[in-house]
Amino acid sequence: MARSKKISVDRRGFLKGAAAGAAAGAAALVVKPEAAKAQEAAEVHRPAAPLPGAKQTAAETSPPPPRVDVYTTDRPGSDFMVDVLKTLNFDYVFANPGSSFRGLQESFTNYAGNKAPEWITCCHEESAVGMAHGYYKIEGKPILTLAHGTVGLQHASMAIYNAYADRVPVYIILGNILDGRWRRGDVEWAHSVQDAASMVRDFTKWDDSPVSLGQFAESAVRAYKIATTPPMEPVVIVADAVLQEEPIALDERGKLQIPRLTLSQPPAGDYGAVREAAKMLVNAENPLIVAGRVARTPEGIKLLVDLAETLQAPVLDRRFRMNFPSANPLYGTGSVGSADVILGLEVPDMWSTTHSQTPINRMGMESRPTTKSGAKVITIFAGDLFAKSNYQDFGRYDDVDLSIAADAQATLPMLIEECRRLITPERKSVLQARGAKLAEAHQRNKQRDIEQAAWAWDASPVSTARVSAELWNQIKDEDWSLVSDVTFFSNWPTRLWDFEKPYHYIGGHGAYGVGYGAPAAVGAALANKKHGRISVNIQCDGDLNYAPGVLWTAAHHRIPLLSVMHNNRGYHQEMMYLEDMAARAQRPVDKAQIGTAITDPNINYQLMAKAYGMYSEGPIDNPNDVGPAIKRAIEVVKKGEPALIDVVTQPR
Amino acid sequence: MKRLFLLVTFTATALTPGFGQTGNADNGKRLFVKDGCYECHGYAGQGGAAGARIAAIGLNAQGLIHYVRAPGGQMPAYTDKVISDGELTDIHAYLQTLPKAKPAKDIPLLSAIENK
Repeated sequence: MARSKKISVDRRGFLKGAAAGAAAGAAALVVKPEAAKAQEAAEVHRPAAPLPGAKQTAAETSPPPPRVDVYTTDRPGSDFMVDVLKTLNFDYVFANPGSSFRGLQESFTNYAGNKAPEWITCCHEESAVGMAHGYYKIEGKPILTLAHGTVGLQHASMAIYNAYADRVPVYIILGNILDGRWRRGDVEWAHSVQDAASMVRDFTKWDDSPVSLGQFAESAVRAYKIATTPPMEPVVIVADAVLQEEPIALDERGKLQIPRLTLSQPPAGDYGAVREAAKMLVNAENPLIVAGRVARTPEGIKLLVDLAETLQAPVLDRRFRMNFPSANPLYGTGSVGSADVILGLEVPDMWSTTHSQTPINRMGMESRPTTKSGAKVITIFAGDLFAKSNYQDFGRYDDVDLSIAADAQATLPMLIEECRRLITPERKSVLQARGAKLAEAHQRNKQRDIEQAAWAWDASPVSTARVSAELWNQIKDEDWSLVSDVTFFSNWPTRLWDFEKPYHYIGGHGAYGVGYGAPAAVGAALANKKHGRISVNIQCDGDLNYAPGVLWTAAHHRIPLLSVMHNNRGYHQEMMYLEDMAARAQRPVDKAQIGTAITDPNINYQLMAKAYGMYSEGPIDNPNDVGPAIKRAIEVVKKGEPALIDVVTQPR
Repeated sequence: MKRLFLLVTFTATALTPGFGQTGNADNGKRLFVKDGCYECHGYAGQGGAAGARIAAIGLNAQGLIHYVRAPGGQMPAYTDKVISDGELTDIHAYLQTLPKAKPAKDIPLLSAIENK
């Protein structure tokens, strides 16, 4: 195989020389009129030159030597980049193809054999990042995504912001051609950028643009470490296309090193502060635990159960993660208004949990605490260790009594131990009596939810409670995983199903950027695939229409996923807001559907899924048809394929 | 003077749509959708995360009108410029036609959840 003769060129040295040459050239252009005069004057006085010799004459009159074209290499820089990325143990690459990372893509598929990581074809960069978001929340491992540094990143940016607000480490590599001389034509100029990562720097944790393969190795490993240290966030590395595509310099071969990845231990809280928190909690008459993104791993669920049961304290779960088993008698009981000590664990906007604001049906804006007088608030929050200013997902300032800047899960063992140490036998009996009352309240809540679910049971469009109950009936004896947020489904699954295992619930968007749902579900389902779980996605219609091509990705890669459409034929939250605005202005409310309804024509999601190669049924508006359709779809999913059931549903 | 006050009060009450009047349920059904009541309360008035259940709640038409003009919670206030008393009376009549829920124990899927 031919070896490139370009490999001995030191690119940075070349660039340095080129820059100096360019500067000299520019200076020459500026002084040309004066220089021309001087040259003319000099020629007048110049002595006669000697005649050229035969060798010089031949050199000046013979044609130039042919250009040495070097066509191939056996060691492009992208091979080394792949070597580096393989040490980070990515399972998959999620990407929509782009020319600025074509070198890397070729190395992944040929040099690395398309294994560990395996390439997953995505139809949109937002889908790729959304899938990585969902995958992480099931498997607890970052996924590698690739995108153009310009147009691809523009597509991906909302999904990156969702991951940022949801504290999810998505690992993003951007292709770019930094050196303008290497850009071939207008497309590559249009797809190049000075500072690629700047577009998302406000909502990523770290980025770098390495100018050598050696620096790429160090930055790639560093990025992984930073991303996976709480608070976890997306990171960006720019892979220069010339570094990818040109051969590795001979003098670099054998010298390039890949640093060892050493993950940081999550930071636990200060011991003195934790002791103080334990004292407040043990002595409280009505403590309340508010859970945000507590459980990073399955161990986090066990620890939160341990803390709650040690204290016999109720848990208000914000459901950003699968934090706490729903059947536990301490789940969902207690209230902010009755608590005398409130412990917020990884709650990103604690202020909103402890305050109310003027509702949308009133003019003006006032706020007041919903806590009772004298109540104390404690927070353990890794977000206090990292903040950016531009995007405002951090919420209002928390005026709390004890703030512990640390990872909650890492702090829980110490807090549990301290609580146990402080609980006397007398205190323990008080706590047990409190626990018994909370268990009764838990049972009442469950009974209330079941009775509410019965309303509109036979209605058409189908009630969201009915769909949830029909789904539960089909999956309750399976190893299932709910891979979608259910906020827009009146939270029926979390009210009727038993959530216990870490993968039973995926949590929400992060930044409420709609378009997250479908790709996150597909990514999460891919993570569940190797475990043989049945992934269930309650799919909002508006969300799916942002980038429905992710259905093709699920079909193409044989990702088993049951999607049940929440087809309420509208951007319903916005429809309700418009209703509010019209009522406030005392104007006709029947215009709220303009710009918010997804009707005329109604979208047929059964046909959409079929077009993408997926098993599908519907649209179903008879509630009695839902259960049998789900059953048939699950049989398809059990065979390793995705399936979609289009159900025309009540608004919420 | 007192007699005059009573007369005025009686006249105003008697002319108030919804007070002692029976609304048009068919028109109420149309208005329930047209004016977006279903958006928060559901097509069957069953309620949900965005709004309370309003099917079979035992509120008379006057009570409904009173609440809609000055609601609690998140519900917007609808003045008579937006929905007239007569229209609300019709909506009330429609709500009266909505069926009550079956007991959960009579629904096998819910009964199974209840008894787990």
